[in-house]
Amino acid sequence: MLFRFMLVTGLIGAFALSSPAQAADSLPVLVIHGQQFEPGELALPAGTKLKLVIRNQDSLPAEFESSDLSREVIVPANGEVTIYVGPLEPGRYQFFNDFNRAMQGTVVAKGN
Amino acid sequence: MLATAIIMFREVLEAALIIAIVLGASRGIVGRGRWVATGIGLGLVGASIVAILAAEISSAFSGNGQAILDAGILLSAVAMLTWHNVWMSAHGRQLAAELSAVGADVQTGKRPLAALLVITLVAVMREGSEAVLFLWAIAAGGGHNSNMVMGGVGGVAAGVLVGFLLYRGLLRIPVRHFFSITSWLILLLAAGLAAQAAGFLNQAGLLPALGNTVWNTSHILSQSSLFGQFLHILVGYVARPSGIQLVFYVGTLMTILLLMRSKGGVRMARVGADEGTAKNL
Repeated sequence: MLFRFMLVTGLIGAFALSSPAQAADSLPVLVIHGQQFEPGELALPAGTKLKLVIRNQDSLPAEFESSDLSREVIVPANGEVTIYVGPLEPGRYQFFNDFNRAMQGTVVAKGN
Repeated sequence: MLATAIIMFREVLEAALIIAIVLGASRGIVGRGRWVATGIGLGLVGASIVAILAAEISSAFSGNGQAILDAGILLSAVAMLTWHNVWMSAHGRQLAAELSAVGADVQTGKRPLAALLVITLVAVMREGSEAVLFLWAIAAGGGHNSNMVMGGVGGVAAGVLVGFLLYRGLLRIPVRHFFSITSWLILLLAAGLAAQAAGFLNQAGLLPALGNTVWNTSHILSQSSLFGQFLHILVGYVARPSGIQLVFYVGTLMTILLLMRSKGGVRMARVGADEGTAKNL
């Protein structure tokens, strides 16, 4: 019961805090192509909550995972997902493909 | 082949450890084996369905379907672990007493067998769907895949073996301390899963982060190292926790403890009252 209560209060809080939606064409995009992340080093603004599109152009599914960002999401083959990131402190955040750990990249959060 | 084995091992490990703890904690409850086995079977079916529908689930809830599904799965596991622990706080002593008598079983109260089923189901479904997707990917990749399939099978076997070893290790704990130790294990497990769920809800934009990095211990113990992953599963270790994850962790811990206290307290009071009556007679 308490969990439901926590969830509901959390949801209300989240809607109160969530930032206005960004225009779809201005979203940062991370592309998976030829079993590599492009760009390998993704620059994002620090201090703001933003949406990140992960687009998989390969015919293999990938699992975008980052314990630094505490994010974990399956990106289907030839599909795309959108996740929320931040607000981040300025700094470097590693991420990788859990289905192919040789595939790695870094988010670099920079202050304005 | 080794890379495949390691990935499959990591995917299987979480489910294996959770099942080991739950099997240990439900020791002495009649019928648990059947319910856990059913949970594993249904979990595998669920995992395959989730894997097949991966693309559809991803695009649901404007691209947040997966995170919301994961959070829902984790929170239902937390609820079931809570039920289990609260039930054990009322019946654990009796179970321990009857474990000492050979072949005895516990018939009192509503046994949390459905909880066992749901916990195993969701543990297998969550990690299993990733394992199925991964195996599918390497099977579709062609080339040297017989090697990779062998690696995958080896990884699964290794994960199950670790779960089995944990279970055997738990059984070595003296009966006297057994249920209080398994209660603590389940308590920490549930708190860790709740924190994971908070992470997913934040990922979907449904909860604020309340600070992305409350502390950072990645340089001491990376969460992607094997030991880090062990602690992550068992006690919810997060190298770089967000505020909301801490809130969920501590909130879950306190809630379950309070519920256990109140149930355990009621039982103690009743025992006390019975003793009082006995003395008066």
